[in-house]
Amino acid sequence: MLRVEGLTKIFGGLTALEDVSFAINKGEITGIIGPNGAGKTTLFNIISGIYSLSSGEIFLEGEKISKFPPEKLARRGLVRTFQNIELFAQMTVLENVMVGLHTKSKSGIFSCAFKLPGHLKEERRIREKALYWLEFNGIANLAHVTAGNLPFGNGRLLEIARAMALDPSIILMDEPAAGLNARETAQLADIIVKLKESGVTVVLVEHDMELVMDICDSIVVLDLGRKLATGTPREIQENPAVITAYLGKE
Amino acid sequence: MNLSQQVIQYILSGLSTGSIYSLIGLGFAIIFNSTGIINFAQGEFVMLGGMLTFFFLSVVKLPIIAAMLLAILIATSVGVIFERLAIRPLRKATPLNLVIITIGASILIRGLAMLIWGKDTHSLPMFSGNEPLFVGGATILPQHLWIFAITLLIIIINKFYFYYSISGKAMRACSYNRNAASLVGIDVKRMVLFSFAISSAMGSVAGIIAAPLTMTSYDVGVMLGLKGFCAAIIGGMSSGIGTVLGGLLLGVLESLGAGLVSSGYKDAIAFIILLLILFIRPQGIFKKAETERV
Amino acid sequence: MFKVKSETVKFLSFAVCILLIPLLISGGYMMNVLVFVGINTILAVALNLLLGYAGQISLGHAAFFGLGAYISGVLTVTYSLNSWLAMVIAALTTGLLAFMLGFPILKLKGHYLAMATLGFGIILYIVFNETVAITGGPSGMSGIPNLGIASLQFDNDTKNYYLIWVFALVTILLSLNLANSRIGRALRAIHDSEVAARGMGVNVRFLKVQIFALSAILSAVAGSLYAHTMTFISPASFGFNFSVELVTMVIIGGLGSIYGSFLGAALLTLLPELLRAFQDYDIIVYGLLLILMTMFMPGGLVRGVPAILYSLLPVKKQGSGN
Repeated sequence: MLRVEGLTKIFGGLTALEDVSFAINKGEITGIIGPNGAGKTTLFNIISGIYSLSSGEIFLEGEKISKFPPEKLARRGLVRTFQNIELFAQMTVLENVMVGLHTKSKSGIFSCAFKLPGHLKEERRIREKALYWLEFNGIANLAHVTAGNLPFGNGRLLEIARAMALDPSIILMDEPAAGLNARETAQLADIIVKLKESGVTVVLVEHDMELVMDICDSIVVLDLGRKLATGTPREIQENPAVITAYLGKE
Repeated sequence: MNLSQQVIQYILSGLSTGSIYSLIGLGFAIIFNSTGIINFAQGEFVMLGGMLTFFFLSVVKLPIIAAMLLAILIATSVGVIFERLAIRPLRKATPLNLVIITIGASILIRGLAMLIWGKDTHSLPMFSGNEPLFVGGATILPQHLWIFAITLLIIIINKFYFYYSISGKAMRACSYNRNAASLVGIDVKRMVLFSFAISSAMGSVAGIIAAPLTMTSYDVGVMLGLKGFCAAIIGGMSSGIGTVLGGLLLGVLESLGAGLVSSGYKDAIAFIILLLILFIRPQGIFKKAETERV
Repeated sequence: MFKVKSETVKFLSFAVCILLIPLLISGGYMMNVLVFVGINTILAVALNLLLGYAGQISLGHAAFFGLGAYISGVLTVTYSLNSWLAMVIAALTTGLLAFMLGFPILKLKGHYLAMATLGFGIILYIVFNETVAITGGPSGMSGIPNLGIASLQFDNDTKNYYLIWVFALVTILLSLNLANSRIGRALRAIHDSEVAARGMGVNVRFLKVQIFALSAILSAVAGSLYAHTMTFISPASFGFNFSVELVTMVIIGGLGSIYGSFLGAALLTLLPELLRAFQDYDIIVYGLLLILMTMFMPGGLVRGVPAILYSLLPVKKQGSGN
C-alpha cells in the first residue's frame, strides 16, 4: 500500500536516512522501531510531506507521492499524528475534530459568509461526525473543553480522533504511546486495533516494545539511517542484528 | 553636462546616500542577528542624531563637536532604554507582537520629537564648508567626502570590533547560536543590550552626517529607516560587507532612477526593489557563504 | 444550536442600537464623526480577518482603502460612470490585485511580511501622489458624486450614516458567519498550528490569499463609500500613518474579535474628537497604546476589560457570609 524506495535524506553534512526501502501492507499495523537517532521521525516527516527527500521515491497505492505537500496527502487519505501533539490549542476539542473534517466538506468563503443552505446542512453534518469520532475515542464528554487545557493523555486521544475524522486510508502515528501511563497505553492499543478492524492501515513509530510486539503485524527496524531488518514481531525479536543494535530495551 | 557626466554625478551622489543607507542597514542587521528582531524604530535613531545635534547646536549653543557627541550619547541611551523597557520583558512574544511593539516605539519617539521640536525641517552646517569639488566632470560637496570617510571608518571599526575583540566575538557567537553562546558563559542579555546600543549609535551617526545635505525633521526617520532596511535585505542581513554593498547599490539605483527616469517616484524605487528581493531572493544578493544567519 | 441563537440575538441587538443612535444625536457634527466610525469599522473588521484570524500582518491596508476610493472617484468623476457600478468595479479590481499580490507576498512571514506590505502601501501612496493627471495628486480629487438609489440621494450626514452603517453591519455579519464556519475554523487552525492544519488538508497558502483578497475587497468598498460621502479625497488619508492606525484599532479591540474591531474603530475615531485640544498628541497616544496593549493586554479590550473586571469582583460564593 505504501512503498518506500531508496529513500535518502541529507541535511547539510548529516545523512539522516540512507537508501531506505520497505513496503507497508494494506490493512496491517506496522511498527517502525530503532534506537534513538535512527531517523524514524525524519522518515515520517518525509513521508507526510513536511520534509523533502534528497533522493528516492514514495508510492501510495501505486501513485508517486514523493513530492506531495501535506495538504495534498490528506486528500489522498494519508494522515499523521505528532510526537509532541500538534493540537489547535485555542480551539475546543470538538472544533479540533471538526477541522479534521475539512477535506470532507467544501463550503467556500462565499457560501460560509452568506450562510447559504448548503453550508448550513454541511455544518450540521460536520458537527455530528465530529461528535461521533470523539465518542469512538471515549472523550465525547470533553467536547467543549479548550484543547490547550487537556491533560496529555486526552490530548493524544484528541489528536487521534481528529486524524480519524479525516477518514484516512493510512495513518502514521509518531510515538503515540509516549507520555502515556499503562492504562492509557492499553486504551491506545484498543483504539489502534479498532482502527485496523475498520480497514485503516496503521504505521507506528514507537519505543514502547511491549505495545509494538503486542499489536503489530509487521515491523521495520531502522538503525543509523539505514533499514536493518523487516519481519514479523517474532522474527524481529530473534534477529541478532536487531538485538545488537538495540540491546533489547523498551 | 552631457549624459555620461550626468550619470557619473548620479552615481556619486547615489554612493553618498547609499553610504547612509548602509550605516542604517547595518544597524538593522546587528540587532536582527543578535535577537531575531527587526527593529522598526531604527530610523528614529537616525532622526534623533540629526535633531539632537541641531538642538544642541542652535538652541543650547554648544560647539559642534560637543553637540554631535551629546546627540550620539542620548540617542544611544534611548536605544538602551527601549531595549530594557520594551524588548527584554518580551522574550517570548510572537513575531507579530514584536513588530507591533517596535512600530509603537517608533511612533512614540517620532511623536515626542514632534512635540519637543515641532514639525519644521532644520539643517546642520556642512562640516567643512560649501565649496564644491570637481571630480571627473561631476560635482561633489565636501560633505559627501565626509560621509564616505566616516562610513568607511565606522565599517572598519565594526569589523575590528566584531572580529578582533572579545565582546565583538561574543556577539557574533550569540548570533550564530544563542544557546551555545550562553552555555559557554556569554551573557546573552548583555550582548543584546550592546547590539541595541551599537545600532542606535550607528543610526544616530548616520543621521548626523546626512543632515547637512538632506535636512532633518521629526519624521525623516520613517523613510530612511525603511531604506536602510532595504539595504540590509539586499545584503542578506549580513553585519558586514553584504549590507554595505546593499546600501550602496540601493543608493546608486535610486539616484539613477530619479535622475534618468522620474524624480517623483524616487522613493518608490527603494520599495519596488524591496518587494522584488523579498519575492524572488529573500536571502539577499550579497549574502556571503557564511550560512544560516536566519 | 443554542449557541448560534445567542449569536444572532447579540448581532440583532447591536444592529438595532446602531440604527437607533441617530435619534439620540442632534447636531450634524457628531453624525459626521459616527459616519467615520462606520467606515473605520468596515476597515478594522476587514483587517481583523487577515490579522486576527489568518494571522498575517499587513502594514499597508490603507492602500486598498485608497485604491477603492480612487478607482471610484476616477470612474465617476472622469468617466461619469454610475456610482454603484464604479464601486463594484473598484472592489473587484482591488480584490484581483490583492489576489495576485497575495501569492508572492504571503509566502513571507513575520517581519518580512510586515515590511513587504509596508512597502506595497508606500508604493501605492506615491502612485496616488504622482499620477496627478488621473488622481489630482497631493491636492486631491473633488466633485465626487454622492451615492443614490432611485430618487433618494445620500447627501447629508444622517442619510450617509444609515448608508455606511448598513454596509458596516453587513460586513460584521458576513465576518461573524465566516468566523463561525469551516473557513473560520481552518483559519484559527492555521494560527495555532500551521503544520497540523496542512496535515488536515487545509490549503494554507490558498486560504491566506483568499482572505487577503477578501480583506482588500472590503477595504475597497469602504474606500468607495468614503469617496462618495466625503466627495473629496486626497492621498494624505491613505498613507502609512493610517495603516498603522488601522492595525492599532484591531489590536486594541482584540485580534480575532469582530465586535472588538468595532470597539477599536469607535475608540480611535472618537477619542481624537473628544480630545480636540490635543490634536497633535494623537500620534504619541497611538504609539503608547500599541506598546502598552501588546505588553499588558494582548487579547485586546474585548478580553482584557472583562478579565480585569472579573478579577476585581469579590469572590461570590453560595450562601451569605462576610
